Amino acid sequence: MIRPLLLRLAQAALVLLVMSFLVYGLMGLMPGDPIQLMAAGSPTMTAEDVARLKAVYGIDRPLVDRYWHWLAGALGGDLGFSRLSAQPVAEALGPPLRNTVALMTCSLCLALLLALPAGVAAALKAGRPLDYALNLTAFAAISLPVFWLGLVLIMIFAVGLAWLPASGVETVGDGGGGDRLRHLALPVAALALAGFGHYMRYMRSAMINALSQDWIRTARAKGLSWPQVVLGHALRNAMIPVVTILALDLGTLFSGVLVTETVFAYPGMGKLIYDAVMGNDYNLALAALMLATALTLAGSMLADLLYRLLDPRIRHA
Amino acid sequence: MRRLLRHPPAAFGAIVLLLLTALALAAQPLQALLGIDAETLDLAAQLAPASSGHPLGTDEVGRDLLARLLSGSQVSLAIGLSTALVAALLGTLVGLLAGYRGGTVDALLMRLTDGVIALPLLPLLIVLSAVDPAKLGLPAEVLRSPGGGLARTVVIIALVGWTTVARLVRAATLSVKSHEFIRAAEALGAGPARIMIRHLLPNVVSPVIVATTLSVGNIILLESALSFLGLGVQPPLPSWGNMLSGALDLLGSAPMLAVWPGLMIFLTVLSFNLVGDGLQRSLDPRRS
Repeated sequence: MIRPLLLRLAQAALVLLVMSFLVYGLMGLMPGDPIQLMAAGSPTMTAEDVARLKAVYGIDRPLVDRYWHWLAGALGGDLGFSRLSAQPVAEALGPPLRNTVALMTCSLCLALLLALPAGVAAALKAGRPLDYALNLTAFAAISLPVFWLGLVLIMIFAVGLAWLPASGVETVGDGGGGDRLRHLALPVAALALAGFGHYMRYMRSAMINALSQDWIRTARAKGLSWPQVVLGHALRNAMIPVVTILALDLGTLFSGVLVTETVFAYPGMGKLIYDAVMGNDYNLALAALMLATALTLAGSMLADLLYRLLDPRIRHA
Repeated sequence: MRRLLRHPPAAFGAIVLLLLTALALAAQPLQALLGIDAETLDLAAQLAPASSGHPLGTDEVGRDLLARLLSGSQVSLAIGLSTALVAALLGTLVGLLAGYRGGTVDALLMRLTDGVIALPLLPLLIVLSAVDPAKLGLPAEVLRSPGGGLARTVVIIALVGWTTVARLVRAATLSVKSHEFIRAAEALGAGPARIMIRHLLPNVVSPVIVATTLSVGNIILLESALSFLGLGVQPPLPSWGNMLSGALDLLGSAPMLAVWPGLMIFLTVLSFNLVGDGLQRSLDPRRS
């Protein structure tokens, strides 16, 4: 139990390290550098100023040098200074991270609340009209570009009916709980529908698989009622692969959140990563991308761990 | 094939795809026939409603919407299919090598695959798209041509999209290579390359076809998301994704600008997914 976990941790650390170097190198390949951008914005800067600033920011040194410097700082907890937002990176990350986590949690909960019962229902009625209808809905949901779904929701509920705000996290001057929820409603709905398709299909196939096992017949034979068999036996076993896939899917969910945030002008990690990459804000972009990678890795490790915990056959193997 | 068409959703998907391909191939003649084209600006007719001259109206700079949808279908289908093909080739190569060679090669390639799978897809694509290829030493005139821009999107998505096929091919190779005909071929003196291409490849190709068909839809979704963010296909070349980013600011005044490209993406991706699912069912009768 402990050894494979340690191995996974070591592997995750390695992936993070490689990713950080890769991203650092790639950022060096982007057009222009931060000082050139500054110089272009202020005509009074002289060539000496540019050279001095490059020295201050350390851009005159070779890439590998700069990377070591950054890595040493990051490992010591110093993520550097964000040039765009003019504050330490750790502080610049805080509010967008909170917004994104709120968006992800709400949409994941809503998607699961709809998808798990629907998946079970489809599996129980496999091959019948209800199954077909739910399956087609799921197929439609996974084929929708989530950002376009967002656009359509804005058109209907914000522009057409004017029930809900189209963008942002709160109304200026309000910012109460209800106001924040109203701003979350549309992006959460878009993401939840996209997630519904995936999760419902996982749940359905896991449940069909569980229901076809021999021990279902055994449970029936020893006199358990059908609801007891479905809920107590089949569902419990079907949840193992579903929970695993959910954890593995954290990365996909995060990617969906990024585009959705753009549509709704929602100030979260998506907008932050985009702005930081486009604005050559190395420190901020690196920290945000590392965070995203760490999240995806944590998801896959969680999947591994849950699989071992939930399935006694693997735990004792 | 017949089994595939007996499954109604898959048949629907196949028909839609045939129609879309025909439309994309015939885009230029069709545009000429209707007297419209995708690039002409008509600043006097911005956001014009549908009329006989412009069957679906015009966009914010007076370009014909139908003509742009047609040209966009060429771009989106070309990127979706060629990226899927490149990713499938890469994945098959990695999977065959890992599965047949085993040992250290297998361990290294599979750790690489695990690593790529663990990367956050969209953030990574954003960084890759922002890279300036000129700094990699590629000639500038190639990059500025429309073909160069498309190739760039294909390469970027294929770089992260090969992992599913690699895993499938490795698993299939492992099970095929224990068969006696492989031992026989080895005994007859066939080299590793010949065994992989002549003996293993034909036996692992059907899961590759299913996975590749299913991946086209996802690739078109990714391309449209990237183009929507301004990082994929660059205007003035129309793609369904970059048409949507123009429409975002005009939701109130010109909602149809956002409806049509999105519907096209939806229909195309849905069709690829339905056909892929149908292929999976017909190749693997156990999963019905």
